[in-house]
Amino acid sequence: MTPPDAAACPVVALVSSGHHPVSGRPGRAREDARAVEMGLTLAGARLQLVHAGNAEEPALRDYLGMYHGLDDSAAQGELALLPMTTADDAVPLLATWLANSGCRLVLAGQRAECGEGSGLLPYLLAERLGWTIVSGAATIERVGADRVTLLQVLPQGQRRRLEVSLPCLITVDALAPPPRQSAFGPARRGRIHVVDGLTAEEDSASGEWRWQPARARPKRLKVVKSGNARDRFRAAAAKSSAAGGQVLTDLTPEQAADRLIAYLREEKILNDEMP
Amino acid sequence: MNVRRIDPHAERIRRNRLHPRYQEFMHPAWRWTGPNGVTRIDPHAIGAVGPNGIRRIDRSGAVVEAQPPTSSPIESGPSRRMVVIDDPAGFVMVVPECPEGRLSDHDRDLLGLARQLADGQSLAVTAVTFQGAVAGLEDAGADRWIDLSACVEGDCYDPESRLAALLSVETAMTPRHWLFADSFPGGGDLGRRLAARLSRSSSHGANARAATRVWQIAEGLGLSRAGGRQDIQRELPLILLALPECAEPVSETRHEARPISIDAAGSMTSDMTAVGVVDLGRVAVDPQQIPLAQAPFILSAGRGIGDWAGFHHAAEVLGASEGASRVAVDDGNMPRTRQVGATGTFVSASCYIAVGISGAVQHLQGIAKCQRVVAINRDPGCDMVKRADLALIADGDAVLAAVCARLGKPMADVPATESRGERYHDAA
Ligand SMILES: Cc1cc2nc3c(=O)[nH]c(=O)nc-3n(C[C@H](O)[C@H](O)[C@H](O)COP(=O)(O)OP(=O)(O)OC[C@H]3O[C@@H](n4cnc5c(N)ncnc54)[C@H](O)[C@@H]3O)c2cc1C
Repeated sequence: MTPPDAAACPVVALVSSGHHPVSGRPGRAREDARAVEMGLTLAGARLQLVHAGNAEEPALRDYLGMYHGLDDSAAQGELALLPMTTADDAVPLLATWLANSGCRLVLAGQRAECGEGSGLLPYLLAERLGWTIVSGAATIERVGADRVTLLQVLPQGQRRRLEVSLPCLITVDALAPPPRQSAFGPARRGRIHVVDGLTAEEDSASGEWRWQPARARPKRLKVVKSGNARDRFRAAAAKSSAAGGQVLTDLTPEQAADRLIAYLREEKILNDEMP
Repeated sequence: MNVRRIDPHAERIRRNRLHPRYQEFMHPAWRWTGPNGVTRIDPHAIGAVGPNGIRRIDRSGAVVEAQPPTSSPIESGPSRRMVVIDDPAGFVMVVPECPEGRLSDHDRDLLGLARQLADGQSLAVTAVTFQGAVAGLEDAGADRWIDLSACVEGDCYDPESRLAALLSVETAMTPRHWLFADSFPGGGDLGRRLAARLSRSSSHGANARAATRVWQIAEGLGLSRAGGRQDIQRELPLILLALPECAEPVSETRHEARPISIDAAGSMTSDMTAVGVVDLGRVAVDPQQIPLAQAPFILSAGRGIGDWAGFHHAAEVLGASEGASRVAVDDGNMPRTRQVGATGTFVSASCYIAVGISGAVQHLQGIAKCQRVVAINRDPGCDMVKRADLALIADGDAVLAAVCARLGKPMADVPATESRGERYHDAA
C-alpha cells in the first residue's frame, strides 16, 4: 500500500453503518454522519472516509452522498475500504492504515449503532497510535499547525473549550451540528477504494460472548424497606415531597428579591460577582 | 360525620378520680372477654391518628402515640446495620463522578452495583474521588476511600493526569474490578482511557476489554447493551462502565469509608511530559439556546405575570432559560416550545423558579425532576407553594423588577423594548 500524500488527506472520518432509530432501516449512523459533516466543513472535499468492513454495505454510499455544496463543485468523495468480516478486529487494520496515511486529525462518532457499540474503538486506536483523544466534540473552532481548539459537550447544555495537540482523534457528540442530507448524484459518483495488502485478525476477546435481543429494562419501583409494617405504611401514606419547603409571607417585593438572591447565591446558581 | 357526641354519664366519671370505674373510663380496655366467653375488641379504643388525620390501627406491636397531624413523615428512616471489612480478599474500585461535589444518583447506583460484586466474597468497595471529601460515601456503600485530589488540578478537565493517577492505583492495589459511570465526558471517557491503556499490558489482555453500558449483573454475568437492539451477556471483565439504574443503591447498611493513601504523585510527574489536552474553561452559553429539557436554570412564567417585558428582562439578568405554563402559552405570551409540563417539555433543571404559576398537576409532572423549586405567588395555598423549597408570597412582577434593580440592571436602563423582543424571537 502506498501512503497517500499527507497534504492531500489532512482529515479522516471513520464511518460505520447505522440504522434508523425507529424503523430500523439501515443507513448512516447519526454520530458518524455528524463527524463527516464536521470534516466537510473543516476540509471540504479533501476529507477522506475510512470504513473497515464489507464493501457491499449500503450505508457507505450514503456517506459519499454528503459531498455536495462544497467550494469545489466537481468534488467527489473517496472512501478507503479495509476489507474484514464481522468477526474480525477493526482496531489493528485501522491503526495500520492511519499510521501509513499521514493524516493528523481523525473524526469519529462516539459510539457505533451496530455491533458491539461500545465506543471503545477510538480509545484503542488512539492508544495504539499514541495520539491524543478527546470525546464529545460539539464544534471544532480552529485547526492550527499543532493544536486544535474545540468545544466539548457537557451535561445541561453547557460547553467547555479545549485545546488538543495534534495528531489527535476526536469523537463527535450527537449534539454537534446536524449533517447535511445525502444526495443521490454524489453518492453514485463517489469512489470506494478497496485497500488490499492488510490482513485482518480475528477478534479474540469477543469469543465467549452471548448475543441476545435487547430486553426492556425493568422500571425501578419505589420500594420502602423497613422492618415493620408501621414504617412501611407511614412511608406509603406520607404525601410526597409536600413538606420541607420554606414559605415566607408578608414580604415587600424588595425583601422578597433579597431572599431570592440570597437563596440563589447560597445554592451557587448566581455567582457572587454581581452587586 | 365528625360530630363529637358527649356522654354526660361518662364525663362525670372521668371528672371524679375516686369513682370505682374511673380507670375503665379514662383508659378503656380495647380487648375484653364478654359475658359468654367471646373476646371483644373495641376498634375505637386502639390505634392512633396518623399524620394525615386518619385513625390507623397498627398490629406490629410498636408503641403508637397519637401525633398532631402536622408532624413531618419519616425523616430519619430506619437505622442501618454497620458493616466493617477488616482484611479484604480484594478490592472493587468505584470512580464516582460527583458533579457539583456531591454523589449523584448514578454514583449511588454504581456503588450499589459494587456491593453486589463485593458482598459474599469479602471484597472491599473502594471509592476513588478526585474532589477531596465527598459527603455520604459511608451510606452509599464504600468500605475504603482513596482521595486523589492531590494528583489533579481542581475542577478542570485533565483526563491524562487522572488516568495516570488511576494507573498508579491499579499497580498499587490490583483490584478485581473497576466501575465507572458510563456518561460522557466524565466516567465514560476516563473508563475507556483506562481500558485502552490496560489492554496494552500483557497481564490483562482480553480481560481489560471493558464491558460498556452495563445495565444488569446477574449470576456473575453482566448484561451490556450493544448496538442494533442487542444485549451482550459476558463474564465480568476488569472494567465495567455502567448505565444509570444498573443496581439498587445501598439502603440497609453503613460502611466505614476508611481512607487509604496511595503514593500516586510520583508516577504522575514521571510519564506525563507532553500534555495533550488543555482545558480552556467553560464557555458562556446563551441560556435561551439551550434545549429546555436540559437547561440547568429556568425562570418560568404563568398567568400571574402581567409585565412580560419585565419578565424577559429578568430572565436575561438572572441568566436563566425561559419557561412557561400552558396558560401563558395559550394566551400568546410565550412560544409553544417554552411550555413546561405534561403536554410540553419535561425539564430537569437544578433550579426552577415559578412566577405566578398555580401548580396544576399537568405542570407539576413536568418539573418532577427539578432539584430545587422556588415559587413566587400571591396565593399561599396553591400547589406550587406546597411543592416549592422556597416560596415567596408576593407580587410576581414587582419581585422580578426588584431583583433586577438589586442586581444593578433595572428595566429602565435598557433603551428600547423592541430590540429585546427581537432578540427573544431569534432565540426561540
Ligand atoms: C390535558 C391537559 C394538559 C395540560 N398540560 C399542561 C402542561 O403541559 N403544562 C401546563 O403548564 N399546563 C397544562 N395544562 C393546564 C393546567 O391544567 C393549568 O390550567 C395551567 O397549568 C395553569 O397555568 P397557570 O398556573 O399559569 O395559571 P393559573 O392556574 O391561573 O394560576 C395563576 C397563578 O398566578 C398567581 N398570581 C396571579 N397574579 C399574580 C401576581 N401578580 N403575582 C404573583 N402571582 C400571581 C395566582 O395566585 C395563581 O396561583 C393542561 C391541561 C390539560 C387539561
